Amino acid sequence: MLLIECPWCGPRDESEFSYGGEAHIVRPPEPDRLTDEEWADYLFMRKNPRGRHLEQWCHAHGCRQWFNAERDTVTSEIVRIYRVE
Amino acid sequence: MSISQPFRLVGGGRIDRRRRVDFRFNGLRFEGYRGDTLASALLANGVRTVGRSIKYHRPRGFVGSGAEEPNGIFTVRHTGVEGSTIPHAPGTVVELVEGLEAHAVNGWPSLRFDFAGGLQWLGGMLSAGFYYKTFMWPRAAWHWYEWAIRRMAGNGRAPDGPDPDRYDKRNAFCDVLVVGGGPAGLAASLAAARAGARVILADDQPELGGSLLGARRQLGGKPAFAWVANCAAALADEPEVTVLSRTTAFGFYDHGFVAALERCTDHLPPPRRRGPRERVWRIRARRVVLAAGATERPLVFENNDRPGIMLAGAAAAYVNRYGVAPGRRAVVFTNNDSAWRAALDLVEAKIEVAAIVDVRPEPGGALAARAEAAGIPVLAGHAVVDTQGRNALRRVRAARLDGSGARNLDCDLLAVSGGWNPNLHLHAQSGGRPRFDETRGCFLPGPPVQAETGAGACRGTFRLDACVREGAQAGREAALAAGFRDVGVISAPSTDEEGTTDPDPAWAVHSRRPRPRRAFVDFQNDATAADLALAVREGFESIEHIKRYTLLGFGTDQGKTGNVNGMALAAGALGRSPAQVGTTTFRPPYTPVTFGAAAGLATGELHDPLRVTPMHEWHEAQGAVFEPVGQWLRPWYFPKPGEEMRAAVARECLAAREGVGLFDASTLGKIDLQGPDAAVFLDRIYTNDWSSLAIGRCRYGLMLGEDGMVMDDGVTARLGEHHYLMTTTTGGAAHVLGWLERWRQTEWPELRVRFTSVTDQWATIGVAGPRSRDLVASLCEEIDLGPESFRFMEFREGVFAGVPCRIFRISFTGELSFEINVPADYGRYAWDRIVERTEEFSITPYGTETMHVLRAEKGFIVVGQETDGSVTPVDLGMEWILSKKKDFIGRRSLARSDCRRPDRRRLVGLAAADPNEVLPEGAQLVDEPFTFLPVPMVGYVTSSYWSPNLGRSIALALVAGGRDRSRVFAALEDGRFVPVDVVSPVFLDPRGERQRG
Ligand SMILES: [Zn+2]
Repeated sequence: MLLIECPWCGPRDESEFSYGGEAHIVRPPEPDRLTDEEWADYLFMRKNPRGRHLEQWCHAHGCRQWFNAERDTVTSEIVRIYRVE
Repeated sequence: MSISQPFRLVGGGRIDRRRRVDFRFNGLRFEGYRGDTLASALLANGVRTVGRSIKYHRPRGFVGSGAEEPNGIFTVRHTGVEGSTIPHAPGTVVELVEGLEAHAVNGWPSLRFDFAGGLQWLGGMLSAGFYYKTFMWPRAAWHWYEWAIRRMAGNGRAPDGPDPDRYDKRNAFCDVLVVGGGPAGLAASLAAARAGARVILADDQPELGGSLLGARRQLGGKPAFAWVANCAAALADEPEVTVLSRTTAFGFYDHGFVAALERCTDHLPPPRRRGPRERVWRIRARRVVLAAGATERPLVFENNDRPGIMLAGAAAAYVNRYGVAPGRRAVVFTNNDSAWRAALDLVEAKIEVAAIVDVRPEPGGALAARAEAAGIPVLAGHAVVDTQGRNALRRVRAARLDGSGARNLDCDLLAVSGGWNPNLHLHAQSGGRPRFDETRGCFLPGPPVQAETGAGACRGTFRLDACVREGAQAGREAALAAGFRDVGVISAPSTDEEGTTDPDPAWAVHSRRPRPRRAFVDFQNDATAADLALAVREGFESIEHIKRYTLLGFGTDQGKTGNVNGMALAAGALGRSPAQVGTTTFRPPYTPVTFGAAAGLATGELHDPLRVTPMHEWHEAQGAVFEPVGQWLRPWYFPKPGEEMRAAVARECLAAREGVGLFDASTLGKIDLQGPDAAVFLDRIYTNDWSSLAIGRCRYGLMLGEDGMVMDDGVTARLGEHHYLMTTTTGGAAHVLGWLERWRQTEWPELRVRFTSVTDQWATIGVAGPRSRDLVASLCEEIDLGPESFRFMEFREGVFAGVPCRIFRISFTGELSFEINVPADYGRYAWDRIVERTEEFSITPYGTETMHVLRAEKGFIVVGQETDGSVTPVDLGMEWILSKKKDFIGRRSLARSDCRRPDRRRLVGLAAADPNEVLPEGAQLVDEPFTFLPVPMVGYVTSSYWSPNLGRSIALALVAGGRDRSRVFAALEDGRFVPVDVVSPVFLDPRGERQRG
């Protein structure tokens, strides 16, 4: 079980959090201008790296705040936690 | 020697000889001492055969003296304690208590005469993969085969009733967690504690000492146990140290999270048991010192499984720790020096050692002189190649490695040692990758991945004084790394250490025959060296596949004694080194964990939180039948005395359309939205237009995922300029709130809007039916309820029955109806005021079933019933709710080619040709039942009811192409195909006149 440091509440067990997948996926401002392929890329395609991964977490059973984390998918080490700007 | 315990030594051991303990084994009475395990007490009584092997039904005895035991597995109960059964306990870890009743797990119908014992003469028939290959035909007979195999294989009997015991869980934090209370672990704990660190020491034994409990050793010129006692006393004096005895660390997870199982009461006589039986410790440690010791491995030779053949370290432990002679005349067979010390311990206990058989040409090192002084004959460069004895060992046959010089040695105990395997389980679970060390002939921990260090035997360090030194250093460094002061180098006592435990690294199968068939590797699963060779011959190469084919390491002991031998032999057959073949995966738990401990207190009523509405007690008093909806318990229907469900629901349905139906809708999710950008936010989240909604009005909204699929729905009201109240489905409330938060925080942080769940703050009372307006008016004087002044899809604030209220004129039934929201604490009060008027307005309470029927009559969907995450609003015929003027979540996806396929399944109504036929929900729909298989499925029934208002059955369904079809057939479970007309999903009042009335 990961130990995750909520930027607002401090270190808490993983069971208090929900996982939001890859971070920094920006919703296209004008979806109508996208081809089906481009839209599908936004909708479905995700990086699945072996190693460092930027991802979203939510302190669902705490302050309900979303934040970003940089985590190593091999060692589960959380390298960095930073707020959504 | 007492007559009742003929194999009890005169003195010695850590048992309390003043406290006799009566117990039973397979119905017979025996006697042991406090401090015994079930295994040591049975051996003291001369009971050597304690089970039958799983496949060949060969008699088996104890091999080990701890958690590694593969053979001596028992079902354990206690006299007079109902229901408390441990189905699969190793006798080597079960502490003896008064009234204990043990039964051999394997050996139906009896140990002495085993019905299936003849199986062993079937020889090669039951080789690896035998079950896979043989019992596959005929398939119909498999259930019989399975019954017979399971019966013969034994396995524990699961208890019949619910577990009467309580279990607990506890979270703990520490700076340094030390796993193992042996020499390395004790030294590590003390060093870390002296630096000021908060220390937890978890040890699986009843008392500290680890390997020293079973060995006769010196430390600092004194018996090692004096050193252990000093350490234990010093730890007890440290205020920041918690010593957890009888506690097995069974799993090492991410970020220093270690789970440990404490056995709290099993060692106590039942009347003295208090509190939970077992407790799971969930420990978050900044640093972990693994001092988990090592497990001895057997040697592989023909007939190496007879009762009386055990690990040399176990034989020494029975002598030194329990004062039990595991035999009267022993042979020691080894490839390393550790067994020589065991031989000397046996001699010290007046047990005759007929010979030390050592495969090494010049064995024994410094111990050789002591063995000679003790008069022990030594057969160097020899191996045991076979054994004899029908129910227990009588004789072994030893020969030179080239087969010459064979001789028989009479003995009833063969103590074997093939070297020691560091206990790498926790290291590997933490992410470490064990590597093979050729010199020491074992796998060693790899570089640490987490904040973890090994110390002592689990790191391949076997010298006693080196273990103490290494432990102290590990404890010192762990405390330092956790931010505590450096206590400096800690002096460690010297020891009487002689010899080496590095084994002869040759991995051999010792036998007179070129292809021995009875050289066992995994005792619990009867996997032999021949099985491993066969697996390789049949083409298996990966050790993970070989493991699955031969069942190596698949028993409850997880192959603690057999795995490394098996991997090395498989490597040999493949022509590779053990380093190349590697280990199989070390999965938690290290030792079995009971389901009770895994569940903890979360059983029965505490399994999941139960949510009830403020009116729940009234429902109960009315005899409501409840149904769970998520965590909520909702009234399903309200039967009158003697009334069946169908009759009750029919009565409720008619009443809601003729008089007044009364419904508890408090479980609907309610989210309060406030902020100047609330309308903009709703426009993006919902498919329809919200900016135009006037204060005081409500609107139905549909929420999609970004993939265009329907996610949730509900009515949202505009309470004020910047204030909205959103309702969600009962089950979707938490998810919707998370969804809103996610978009606002991660995508649109610039929007000024905030969300608060108010589901529990409001009680919601629905009243439906032609007379509902009169009813509400009688309790609510200040709000003008006239059809022109309070119109459909509007809301008003005011006072209802003297309490503040919000009344919504919305309808999920298709009737004139009102939803009255009052603060939750007034819910029951307001409900009672309505119920008082039952006769005046002919009020009938109804439950969720009637609610479903009423909405289905109107063709209203239920998210999660008509939708399953693959249904778009277009599929539901709800194009009208999709705004063309703005973007919203999911809109772009509706234009994807797949969402525009003409043959997508669409919502339709179904009317069975036989109006009395209520189709089962989930029934598959086909065009043409009597055609070639497979019959294409064109849709399925999503909702189906008997409609009392229509006097016939109705159903909703998703059908490919929707109403392009006019007739389909529903496939019923009884094999019938019934014709069904495809109709409009709105069965009643298609123009909606009733709800607008
Ligand atoms: Zn937080």
